[in-house]
Amino acid sequence: MTTGWTLFIAILTAVNVVGAIWLLWVTSKRSPGEMQPGAETTGHTWDGDLKEYNNPLPRWWLWLFYGTVVFSLAYLVLYPGLGSWQGTLGWSQESQWQQQVEAAEKAAAPVYARFEQMSLEELSQDPDAMRVARNLYANNCAACHGSDARGAVGFPNLTDGDWLYGGQPDTILTTIGYGRNGVMPPWGDALGEQGVEEVVAYVLTLSGQSAPSELAAAGQAKFQMFCSSCHGLDGKGMQAVGAPNLTDGSWLYENTAESIRYTVVNGRNNMMPAQLELLGEQKVRVLAAYVMSISPRPPAPEAAAEPVEADVTAGEAGARDGTDADS
Amino acid sequence: MERTETYNDKVVRQFAIMTVVWGVVGMLVGVIIAAQLLWPALNLDIPWLTYSRLRPLHTNAVIFAFGGSALFAASYYVVQRTCHTRLFSDGLAAFTFWGWQLIIVLAAVTLPLGITTSKEYAELEWPIDVLIAVVWVVYAVVFFGTIAKRRVKHIYVANWFFAAYIITIAVLHIGNSAAVPVTLTKSYSAYAGTVDAMVQWWYGHNAVGFFLTAGFLGMMYYFVPKQAGRPVYSYRLSVVHFWALVAIYMWAGPHHLHYTTLPDWAQTLGMVFSVMLIAPSWGGMINGIMTLSGAWHKLRTDPILKFMIVSLSFYGMSTFEGPMMSIKTVNALSHYTDWTIGHVHSGALGWVAMISVGCMYALIPRLYGRTEMYSSKLIDVHFWTTTIGIVLYVASMWIAGVMQGLMWRATNADGTLTYTFIESIAATYPYYAVRLLGGVLVLSGMFVMVYNVWKTVAAGSSDRDVPVMAPAAA
Repeated sequence: MTTGWTLFIAILTAVNVVGAIWLLWVTSKRSPGEMQPGAETTGHTWDGDLKEYNNPLPRWWLWLFYGTVVFSLAYLVLYPGLGSWQGTLGWSQESQWQQQVEAAEKAAAPVYARFEQMSLEELSQDPDAMRVARNLYANNCAACHGSDARGAVGFPNLTDGDWLYGGQPDTILTTIGYGRNGVMPPWGDALGEQGVEEVVAYVLTLSGQSAPSELAAAGQAKFQMFCSSCHGLDGKGMQAVGAPNLTDGSWLYENTAESIRYTVVNGRNNMMPAQLELLGEQKVRVLAAYVMSISPRPPAPEAAAEPVEADVTAGEAGARDGTDADS
Repeated sequence: MERTETYNDKVVRQFAIMTVVWGVVGMLVGVIIAAQLLWPALNLDIPWLTYSRLRPLHTNAVIFAFGGSALFAASYYVVQRTCHTRLFSDGLAAFTFWGWQLIIVLAAVTLPLGITTSKEYAELEWPIDVLIAVVWVVYAVVFFGTIAKRRVKHIYVANWFFAAYIITIAVLHIGNSAAVPVTLTKSYSAYAGTVDAMVQWWYGHNAVGFFLTAGFLGMMYYFVPKQAGRPVYSYRLSVVHFWALVAIYMWAGPHHLHYTTLPDWAQTLGMVFSVMLIAPSWGGMINGIMTLSGAWHKLRTDPILKFMIVSLSFYGMSTFEGPMMSIKTVNALSHYTDWTIGHVHSGALGWVAMISVGCMYALIPRLYGRTEMYSSKLIDVHFWTTTIGIVLYVASMWIAGVMQGLMWRATNADGTLTYTFIESIAATYPYYAVRLLGGVLVLSGMFVMVYNVWKTVAAGSSDRDVPVMAPAAA
C-alpha cells in the first residue's frame, strides 16, 4: 500500500474518532443560554404536545462511549488497521492461521509417529490406527464416498471388493495420494444413433440383463471395434486405465439402458482428487489402510512376495482370474 | 376566507394497510422456509419453492415490503405532523406508493423464478433496481420538499433520522447495485472479487444501520413520546447519538468479512468502529426508555406501550450483541452459524417488527377517525404471542449457533475434526423445531392484528381530512 493510501485511511479514521470525542465533549456540558432560565423543556413544541427535555448525558453512557474509543485506539496501535501500519504485535490472519496449524500438527505428531513404522497391512489391523482412520475418512472422504463408504452414483463403493484400479495396498495408496482421472470418451458421433442402441444392448447382455438379441449381436461387433481396447474383448475391463468390468453386475453409474446410453453417447469424466499434498504421507497411509480394512482383500498377485506396483500389473491380474480383483 | 389546508393521510393509510399485508406475507414465507429446514421435502421438488429462492423472498418481503411500507407510512405521517404542513406533492407521494408496491410484486415474481443478482439483501435484478432508485429519489423529493415548506423553525428529531435514512439508502442502493446489464434479467456486478464483497457488505451493513435502525428510530422518536404523553428524555442525547450513529455506522461493514481475503486493515477498522457503535446505538434506547419513565403505570393498561418498550429492549440487546460479534475472536466462533440468524431476528423481529406493529396500532385508528383500535385486548394477545415467539426463536438460534460453532472447531487428538458437518446439522434439528414454533407464534400474532385492523377500519371512516394544526406559538 502506498503512503498516500495509508495517510488517507489514517486521517479519515482520526477525523471520525476525534469528531466523535469532540461531539461528546461539547454536548456533555451545558452551554449558556441554550435553555430559558427555569424552563423544563427546550421550548419547542411540535404537533400539539411533542416537547423535549434536555437532560444531561447519562454518565455511565458517556464513559461507555469514551471507553470504546480508548479500546479502539489501543487496538489500532496493536493490530494492523491504519493502512500499511502492521501493529506492534505483528499479528496477521495468515500468521495466526500458520501458528494454529503448526500447533495442531505438533500436538498430533505423536499419534502418527507410531504408525510410521507399521506396514499398511499392520495398520489395517491396528485398532488405534483405525480409530484415527475413521476420523480422517469422515473429514476427508465421506462427502463423496458416503459415511458408510458405500459410495453413490459416480462415486465408487469402497466396501464391495470391486476395484476400478486394483485393490493391492500400493495401488490404493497411489489412488488416494495422487488421485485418479477416469475418462470414458464420448462415442455418440462415432457410433451413430443405431450404433449406440446396439452397443447398449450388448453391454446389457454382458452383465446378464435382457436386451433384443439382434441388436445385441450387432452390438458385439461394434463393441469389439470401439470399446475393447479399454474394456477388453470379454468386457472385463482393464485396471491399468481404470476401465470398469462390464460383466460383474457392479455399476459405477446405474445399470439401466438409459444410464448406459448416456455414458456411451457423452462419455464420463471421473475425478478422484489427490490427497497427498493436502493431508501428507502419514495420513494418506492411514487412509489407505482404512480402505483395506473395510473391503474384502483381493488375492495377492502370484509370484510376488510383497505387494508390487499393483496399478501396473493389476490389469493382468484381473484378466487372469476374473473374480473380484476386476474393474 | 382561506381554504383550510389538510394533511395528506391517504398515502399514509395506503402504506399502513400494506404494512400489515406484507407483514403477514413476509412472515408466512419465513415460517415456510423454517419448516423446510426441518422437513426439506416441503419444497415439493418444485424449483420455485426451494429454500434458495424463498429465502431471499422472505428477507426482501419483511425488510423492504413490511419494514419499507411501515417506514413510508410513519415518515409521511410524522413529517406532516411535525412540520405542520401537507406533503410537498400528493402526486409524487402516490407515485411512491404505487411504485413501491410494483417493486414488491416484481420481487415476489422474479425471486421464485430464480432471477437474482445473488447479492444478499440486494438480489433484485437491474430493471427493478432502476425502478427502486427512481422511487427512492421521488421519496426524497417528497420528504425534503415537505421539510422545506415546514411552518416551524426547528426540525423535529424524528425527521433527522428519516432524512439520514432516505439519503443513505439512496447512496447505498445505487452504489451497490451498479452493474453491467447483459439481458433484461441478467447483469454482472460492476465490482469484482473481494472489492465486490466489500461493496456488498458496505451496503448490507448500512442497510441494517440506516434502513432498519435510523428509519425505525425516527418512528420511535415520534410515537413513543406521543403514546407515553411525555417529552423526549434528552435533546442533547439525541444530538450526540444521531451524529455519532451516522458517522460511525458507515465503517462497520467489513466485520461481515472477518478472516477472508479482505485485507487485515479493513477487517480491523470494521471491528473497532463496530465496537464504538455500542454507545451511539444505545443513545436511542436510553432516550426511548427514559421518555417512558414517569409513565410506567401506563404499561399496565396500554399494550401499545408494551410493544414499544419491548422493542427498545430488543434494540438494546441486539446493538450490544452486534459489536460483540464483530470482535474477531467472537466472530471466529459465531460466523456462519445460526447465531447470526438469531442476532438478525432479535433485531428484525424484536426491534423492527415490534416497533412497527406498535406504531401501526397507534397510527391506524387515527387514520380512520377513531381514537383507538377495535380491541385493546387483542393487541395484548398479539403482544404476548409475538414476545414469546421471538424469545423462542432467538434463544433457540443462539443455542444452536454456539453449539454449531463449538462442534465445528472441536478436534481430536489426531488433529481431525471431531464432528462432520452433517452431524452438526443433525444436532441442530431440535432447535429448528423450536425456531419454527417461535415463527408460527409470531405469524399467528400477525393474523390477530389483521382481524383487529379489519374491524377498526370497518368501523372507522377515512372521509374526513384532518386540518393542519397551527404551530404552537414559540
